[in-house]
Amino acid sequence: MTETVFFYCFAALAVAGAILTVTMRNAVHCAISLIASLGGVAGLYLMLHAEFLFAVQIVLYIGGIMVLFLFVIMLVNLEAAARERQFHRSWVGGLLCAGGTGAMLAWFWLRGAGTLRLPPAVQPTPREGGNVESLAMVLFRDYLVPFELASLLLLVAIVGGVMMAKKRI
Amino acid sequence: MNFYLLTLIKMALTALVLLTCCAYAVWVERKVLAHIQLRPGPYRVGPHGLLQPLADLIKLLTKEGIVPSYANPFFYLLAPFLAVALALTAIVVIPFTPEFELFGVRTAIGLTDLNIGILFLLALSSLGVYGIAIGGWASNNKYSLMGSLRSSAQMVSYELPLAMAIVSPLLLVNTLNLREIVELQNGFHFGLLPKWNVFASPVPQALGFVIFLIAAFAETNRVPFDLPEAESELVAGFHTEYSSMMFASFFMAEYANIITICCVATVLFLGGWHPLWPAEYGSDLVPVVLLAAAGLMLLFHAAQAARRRKWDRFTFPVFGVLLLGLAPVFLIPVLKPVLIPFFWFVAKAGFLVFVFIWIRGTLPRYRYDQLMRFAWTFLFPLSLANLLVTGLVVALAG
Amino acid sequence: MSQYYTATDHFVLLPAILLALFGCATLLFDFLIFPEAKQRRWLLVFLVLGEAFAGVAFWRQQSFLLEHGGNLTAFRGALVIDHYALFFHWLFLAATLITGLISYRYLEVRDEHHGEYYGLLMLAQTGMYFLASGTELVTLFVGLETMAITFYILVGFLRADRRSNEAALKYLILGSLSSGFLVYGFSVLYGISGSTRLSEIAAAVAARDAWDPVLVLAVGTAGAGLMFKIAAAPFHMWAPDAYEGAPTMITGYLATASKAASFALLLRLFVGPLGPARESWEPLLAAVAVLSMTIGNLAAVTQTNTKRLLAYSSISHAGYILLGLVAGSPTGIKGVLVYLLVYTFMTLGAFLVLTSLARQGMAGDDINDLRGLMKRAPGHALWMLVFMVSLAGIPPTAGFLGKFYIFWGLIETGHYTLAVIGAVYAVVAIYYYFRIVKAVFVEPEEAEAGPLTVSLGTRVGLAVTGALTLLVGVYPEPVLRLAQMSISR
Repeated sequence: MTETVFFYCFAALAVAGAILTVTMRNAVHCAISLIASLGGVAGLYLMLHAEFLFAVQIVLYIGGIMVLFLFVIMLVNLEAAARERQFHRSWVGGLLCAGGTGAMLAWFWLRGAGTLRLPPAVQPTPREGGNVESLAMVLFRDYLVPFELASLLLLVAIVGGVMMAKKRI
Repeated sequence: MNFYLLTLIKMALTALVLLTCCAYAVWVERKVLAHIQLRPGPYRVGPHGLLQPLADLIKLLTKEGIVPSYANPFFYLLAPFLAVALALTAIVVIPFTPEFELFGVRTAIGLTDLNIGILFLLALSSLGVYGIAIGGWASNNKYSLMGSLRSSAQMVSYELPLAMAIVSPLLLVNTLNLREIVELQNGFHFGLLPKWNVFASPVPQALGFVIFLIAAFAETNRVPFDLPEAESELVAGFHTEYSSMMFASFFMAEYANIITICCVATVLFLGGWHPLWPAEYGSDLVPVVLLAAAGLMLLFHAAQAARRRKWDRFTFPVFGVLLLGLAPVFLIPVLKPVLIPFFWFVAKAGFLVFVFIWIRGTLPRYRYDQLMRFAWTFLFPLSLANLLVTGLVVALAG
Repeated sequence: MSQYYTATDHFVLLPAILLALFGCATLLFDFLIFPEAKQRRWLLVFLVLGEAFAGVAFWRQQSFLLEHGGNLTAFRGALVIDHYALFFHWLFLAATLITGLISYRYLEVRDEHHGEYYGLLMLAQTGMYFLASGTELVTLFVGLETMAITFYILVGFLRADRRSNEAALKYLILGSLSSGFLVYGFSVLYGISGSTRLSEIAAAVAARDAWDPVLVLAVGTAGAGLMFKIAAAPFHMWAPDAYEGAPTMITGYLATASKAASFALLLRLFVGPLGPARESWEPLLAAVAVLSMTIGNLAAVTQTNTKRLLAYSSISHAGYILLGLVAGSPTGIKGVLVYLLVYTFMTLGAFLVLTSLARQGMAGDDINDLRGLMKRAPGHALWMLVFMVSLAGIPPTAGFLGKFYIFWGLIETGHYTLAVIGAVYAVVAIYYYFRIVKAVFVEPEEAEAGPLTVSLGTRVGLAVTGALTLLVGVYPEPVLRLAQMSISR
């Protein structure tokens, strides 16, 4: 019972935050809504006993990336952009597209739900530091290649960011 | 005993003690700074200004809380709440003593025992920046905004070396649970040198400890890294517009953060509640001796006519007798397993708080670009190197 | 070497490690020892050395496979080395090397000669390595993203050029959207099978009906994402803009290596694990192929910008290659591989000629810039003729060979309508390719344009691509054998 209530709280936070992120006019409010949404997702991780993921979500996304977002938004003056009408004309079309895609997905899932074969969730054993160790095994054994490759991906992205942003290189 | 009842009692006690500590940390800070600068410090309210925190509290409570007319009221009010709530929450995972049995109840001082305690602390400390960032932005004041921008950049930058410095001792103990981390630092090298992480056997984490402390200064916005509130440039930084209890919240958050981070340093590097030297050589007697000596000193001063001021005639003997009476409590066998570890923990954390104040009294403030360059080009590579060396040695030794 | 990283793992991963190391070394040495723009030509040495080392590693893998047969799996089924993967590795290696060799004059002329360029090329190839060799969804996706992000940067490499900026931004946004589609499809595949390894996904897919709704959803979304990456209609919107704005040789690289890498993934997925569901995706792919040929060929007719023209032509080529997959017979799949190989060389060659047209302050990508090329640089003009003839698919050039095998595969499996449609559009294509030829040979030279200055790298690149285009056309035997070997598992 408590679990269900918590689930709906976190889910509502995640969804409401996401909707506010795209509908708010002020960029700072958007960013703060996104933070709330990410927080909701973090709560869902916690309910799935993925404590490590929960902490990482908060440390990296909320405490790291979103701070930089806020930082940039506060530095750049977005007053002019906030005053402009951003949703004229296109929102009907957007709504239609989103609704159409949603209906299609819903149809597929209604027809095919229940046939998914997900592996059983790993139950955390209290003696082994929660699921941190099993996560480490997954990351450094089963998914070693993509894990290491991801560092290359980030390096490329950093190089690109510096290249694009810097005046003289 | 009922789990919920016990937790409620412990929560109430912890909150009371922590808030009192915050208030008196201000008093201690003002006193220590004053003595460093050869002046007496707060002296008027109560004996040696001891009631000053109370007076400050009354003053702040009764002040008018002002919301600037162009500020965003919701976020303006949210910011101090966020700051203080996050700062006070962090204390819940700190284990102050080992588990003990008292009057048939098995418990420990410390609220919870999360298996991801360290990550929880990191998460809270990374959230702490929001109070400052949102507060500065919502005030709609350029000095506040500058202060909050500086602080978010600074806190994000210094979080990296902080996290790296935390990871190195974790490699040695191989757990994220703070209680287990402390328990694993039990014992002594050669029967004398404690096996704390600063003196850990394959790779001593002394460097990590120093990096942690430096980053902790920046994370808590303390001198020499108190750029967010550099009064000579930014009036008062992010809390320029705040008054009354909202200002008090920020203030409280700062001191709660200092206390928490000192506790974390104690747990991670200084062996938590483990004594400085083995009990065979009398480490259990340290609190008794210290308290007795302090009490005797007060009594001695009370007897000296020359140094006596108006209040001292009453307060010195009273406090002296109190301390003398407290000393034998540490000798009671039933209370010993609680009080001795607790004493060591508080002593170490208290010493670190003293270091924070000491440094504030000694060092000048960094310039902003120096601060950033220091973080990224010196501290971060250094912490990375420390982590790499530790990891390598641990891997080779294991 | 431990149980988590065995000698086999190392042997399989070595080329990627070498490429990544040389790429990072280029980034480092760029600012450490070559601060001057003129000196940066020396960074080519890193590129050539890196490719040489990677080539040796590939060669060792190939000889191992030839000796022992079969294939080598590593990292618990995350990577595989087989002849199919090696075919693509050689292709990527050649494309990267040629692109790197021809770049420096263009970059110097456009005043954007930075050392990162060479590093990024090698890192892009590292991403492609995982696309061709990956047999596990996460590896494939991260590899794809590594390649894609590198291309976003390379497309926007002319930082002072607004068209380049616009191209990079469009490519970034649409590319991210398509990655979203792809990863959604991957997640559904994971939901179906409970594993990210392709072998286990194959078993789960085979156990299902071809029209199973969840399976169709997975194939549809993953397929849509991949269609974005290979620039097939109706997901081609980004291609003309990105191709036009990018530095010319990067356009060539994007049109060949990136497309080939995406096809490597596409074939690995659709022929492998999704093969049993052919019934559901075959009509979809056929529709996409016909649409691509229609849009690509018809839109190319009206273009006045050579790069845009070739962009639409590359869309139509994607349609032809997809037809080979629709046929699905060994001949068709072989046709896909042969087509990709010859397409890579002839398209790279065409863009190479365009690259050498760049002058101080102008990109040289208008069709009028090609006027009088016969007088200014006869060698270039003749090679351009070869590439255009080959792109149009006229014998005896290599382009004919690719189309021939695709059509043969279609007829063999009874897709007569598709074969006829393809043949009709091949005729349309001749018109716009010969507009370029006409500009080169017939139309008069513009007044101020003098003789072309041609760098050594361009000469080498032209000789290699041109010779291969001609040679494969008249003596296709080795290429056919290579393709045959790649599809026989």
